[in-house]
Amino acid sequence: MRRDRRELLLRIMALDFTALELNLYLDTHPRDARALEDYNKVTQELFTLRQEYQERYGPLIHFGHGFSKYPWQWIEEPWPWEMTF
Amino acid sequence: MWLYEKKLQYPVRVSGPNPWLAKNIITQYGGPDGELSASLRYLTQRYTMPIPEAKGTLTDIGTEELAHMEIVAALVYNLIKDAPLEQIKAHGMDGYYADHDRALYFVDATGNPWTATYIQSKGDPITDLYENMAAEEKARSTYEWLINLSDDPLVTEALRFLRMREIVHFQRFGETLRLVQEWADRKKIY
Repeated sequence: MRRDRRELLLRIMALDFTALELNLYLDTHPRDARALEDYNKVTQELFTLRQEYQERYGPLIHFGHGFSKYPWQWIEEPWPWEMTF
Repeated sequence: MWLYEKKLQYPVRVSGPNPWLAKNIITQYGGPDGELSASLRYLTQRYTMPIPEAKGTLTDIGTEELAHMEIVAALVYNLIKDAPLEQIKAHGMDGYYADHDRALYFVDATGNPWTATYIQSKGDPITDLYENMAAEEKARSTYEWLINLSDDPLVTEALRFLRMREIVHFQRFGETLRLVQEWADRKKIY
């Protein structure tokens, strides 16, 4: 995998993890307004970065959550277990 | 409904083929305290949870465990995919090879297949949440024993990440248990 692609993916992975951690915390602290603000901020950043990645490399999420160019990009390798970091 | 995101939760790297390490790590794929057990335990208990916080926590942690199952699978896959047969034999993975070649299968470190008896779903939310807190601690211990065994520093990095997640889940289940206990107390009063 090319360096610029790997770097963009690693940034998405880091933000995804932040969103997941905030999500789990909010599940048991639904009235923590500061955590909620952070969650929405990270979600916005993720939305932008995911769009950038998907425009360049195809869908990151299937079933209608990302556009594909021709031919169908979803099946393009590498799959996650084949990626070298 | 579930969605697949075409990336790992944590970037997996291995130093090279190592069937011996794969044979031990695979217990977190299909062993009693492994990620399949964890995911299915939470995703099946969530239906009878009484409060929204508990339904959310079990859904989300159960989903994260699937991502952990994928990390463990990626570790095992990369540790055995280029291993020559001689190494597979020398590392004691020949029995596994006889049944599965280099494919992934749900077994523990000594080859026992996964079984539904690894999980519990009792219907009493307090019972289930105690079960889950114990399960997270057992998984944390297993990751610690695997870290002690590991002779590949890159694999150890991923094992440390997974160990850390067990601690966070234990914390979240503890909070969920408190919320369910408060809910149960309120029910008694009114």
